[in-house]
Amino acid sequence: MNQLLNVSTSPHIRKSINTSKIMLYVIIALLPTSIFGIMRYGIHSLYIILITIAFSVFFEWLFCIIMKKEQTINDFSAVVTGLILALNMPPNISLWVPIIGAFFAIVVIKELFGGIGQNFMNPALGARCFLLISFAGQMSNFNIDGISSATPLALERMGETTSITNLFMGFIPGTIGEVSKICLLIGAIFLLWKGIIKLRIPFFYILSFCIFIFLFGNQKFDINYIFRQVLSGGLIFGAFFMATDYATSPITPIGQIIYALLLGFLTAIFRTFSQSTEGVSYAIILGNVLYPLIESISYPKAFGREAKK
Amino acid sequence: MKTFKGGIHPNDNKYITKDLAIEKVQTVPEMVYPVSQHLGAPATPIVKVGDEIKMGQVIAEANGMISANVLSGVSGKVKAIEKRLDIGGNMSECIVIENDFLDNPIDNFGKKSNYLEFTNEEIINKIKEAGIVGLGGAGFPTHIKLSPKDPEKIDYILVNGAECEPYLTSDYRLMIEQSEKLLMGLKVVLKLFPNAKGRICIEKNKPYAIKKLNDLVKDEKNIDVFPMETKYPQGGERQLIFVATNRKINSSILPAMTGVIVDNVDTMISIYNAICENTPLIRRIMTISGDCFNKVGNYEVRLGMDYQSLIDQVGGFCKTAKKIVSGGPMMGICIYNLQVPVAKNSSAVVSFSKDDSEEKTTSCINCGRCVDVCPENLLPTLMEKASKILDYDKFNELYGMECIECGSCAYVCPAKRPLTQSFKIMKRKTGAYLKEKNKNTNGVKK
Repeated sequence: MNQLLNVSTSPHIRKSINTSKIMLYVIIALLPTSIFGIMRYGIHSLYIILITIAFSVFFEWLFCIIMKKEQTINDFSAVVTGLILALNMPPNISLWVPIIGAFFAIVVIKELFGGIGQNFMNPALGARCFLLISFAGQMSNFNIDGISSATPLALERMGETTSITNLFMGFIPGTIGEVSKICLLIGAIFLLWKGIIKLRIPFFYILSFCIFIFLFGNQKFDINYIFRQVLSGGLIFGAFFMATDYATSPITPIGQIIYALLLGFLTAIFRTFSQSTEGVSYAIILGNVLYPLIESISYPKAFGREAKK
Repeated sequence: MKTFKGGIHPNDNKYITKDLAIEKVQTVPEMVYPVSQHLGAPATPIVKVGDEIKMGQVIAEANGMISANVLSGVSGKVKAIEKRLDIGGNMSECIVIENDFLDNPIDNFGKKSNYLEFTNEEIINKIKEAGIVGLGGAGFPTHIKLSPKDPEKIDYILVNGAECEPYLTSDYRLMIEQSEKLLMGLKVVLKLFPNAKGRICIEKNKPYAIKKLNDLVKDEKNIDVFPMETKYPQGGERQLIFVATNRKINSSILPAMTGVIVDNVDTMISIYNAICENTPLIRRIMTISGDCFNKVGNYEVRLGMDYQSLIDQVGGFCKTAKKIVSGGPMMGICIYNLQVPVAKNSSAVVSFSKDDSEEKTTSCINCGRCVDVCPENLLPTLMEKASKILDYDKFNELYGMECIECGSCAYVCPAKRPLTQSFKIMKRKTGAYLKEKNKNTNGVKK
């Protein structure tokens, strides 16, 4: 024994999970819906996805260089942000729009607030809302093959309904990644199986949405109406992939439930009473900025300390 | 099956040594006995350099309220009483004995007797005399644990056979090889507490031990075997008590205050040895495991021998070790010098050729895994933030002082943050801060 031994305090073993692996699992989980989007909307969608990811990573890399920070692109979180942002784009958008979005997401929302884990709202959703406000025309134009078409939620407002099968399979207009509920659910099941996300937030989000959309909507109990609402727009995508974002959701179990119930309530309000038909993005970013408050009122009591203090 | 919240399932690696029977290890020419091998005040040496010592003789006496005797594991001559490096990395006072290899014992050593012949006081005194401390790791003197204010109020004696630490199999081997002694030890303790019921708690990953003990306790009215879910830290005192008796204790409550006394398997067997076979605590059962040793296994090691000789005797290293841990990998302490003695609180030696704690720490991603696994229902990520800025009040408000330092949060952290590590320091600092603060506020009131 001539060499020196390592000395550290316990524990001396670690689980093999790390941040990059988590991000990689999220990317894998988003592959089915990405591929579906590309197959359905054509090669332009692929360009959008690749450009958004490339610029997200590029902006993070550049920011770290300029700010003399340690390089963080190898944790793949910028790839995830880029991918989610791209999947939130209409399939025929000009390529410069997602580039601006990538800048806003990575630099303004993520890096300026301290980088990974410190962002105050989901970067991809924040950027999407920024783009929705700034480039409303581009962002709500769901032309396919030159035929402009309304999304199922817009149709619903006009009194037309879309079949549940089409909604579920994804044969509807919408953004690249949100349309195919079956592909999204496959990805969500993968994440649940791998333990990356827990069912708590998506379950309570969708549950509370169902309750409030029933109360705010036509008030007649129509199971098909509720089903259509759940399967339309970005609810499934948002509930499983964006509301569960680690950095912007509470860590306390009770906090997570309050947060999810609040998201469902806000989404139902926005969908029913607001100008725009889509409410998921706004609901989630509003929930994001409220999460520290929710967390601070829901600290659990320590084991054996439940009685008082 | 009832269980506690949180916990982790690390790769337990018990298969390496679980089927290897306990073997005896030879003593070495120089045996070293630190006077502080237990929780509480160091013992006072009662021998001088040059004294002839018998095997099992008390060489340092318990000093003060909480303390324990230190005994010699061999016969020979006192060579020196000086400062030596101990396993914790401190220079502490040690009695060095030159071994004459005769193992010449004290009077009546090994004399069989029936525990029913003794009064309760005699039993406690014998346990004290034998230098028995909690062998689960903390080393709390057993005679104090067994003398609560109201012996009538104790209604559960729990034997901790969880052995939830990865790699360790010494308690498992003891439960199989010396199950009768374990049972007798428990009966001795039950004699002290008229209203108590004995319960041997074993994790379900030791089915053979459960079966063997179940057969033995078949006809015992007030002893049962209690299988528990396999999960770390099942053997933590608070977790064990909760699972076995549905009582919750926290840092300000002693188990005895809720009527429970918990003792480790090896402690029970030591009690049996001291009372029924008149053999004091002069040996330890240790697991030697990990990927760097030539011959792993479970060994009966005489207290006082150094780790280097112990490892040499069992075949030495087969590859270069990066880290050597005394105890299990979740809560054990690192050894950086093998010339330290085996003491009462040494339970295992585990070697690693790869050190997980070398992995790079990255930013917290707020994933909440630490919150999910914390068996004490704490918020480790927020506690770490409070620790970083030394915010003692916030740390205390987050119940940081309730942390049992089990290491589950640091184990699961994907960002590899040193969570448990920072709490260990922060708990001590906060403790000092709160003491000071209480003193000041009391002063104002006066």
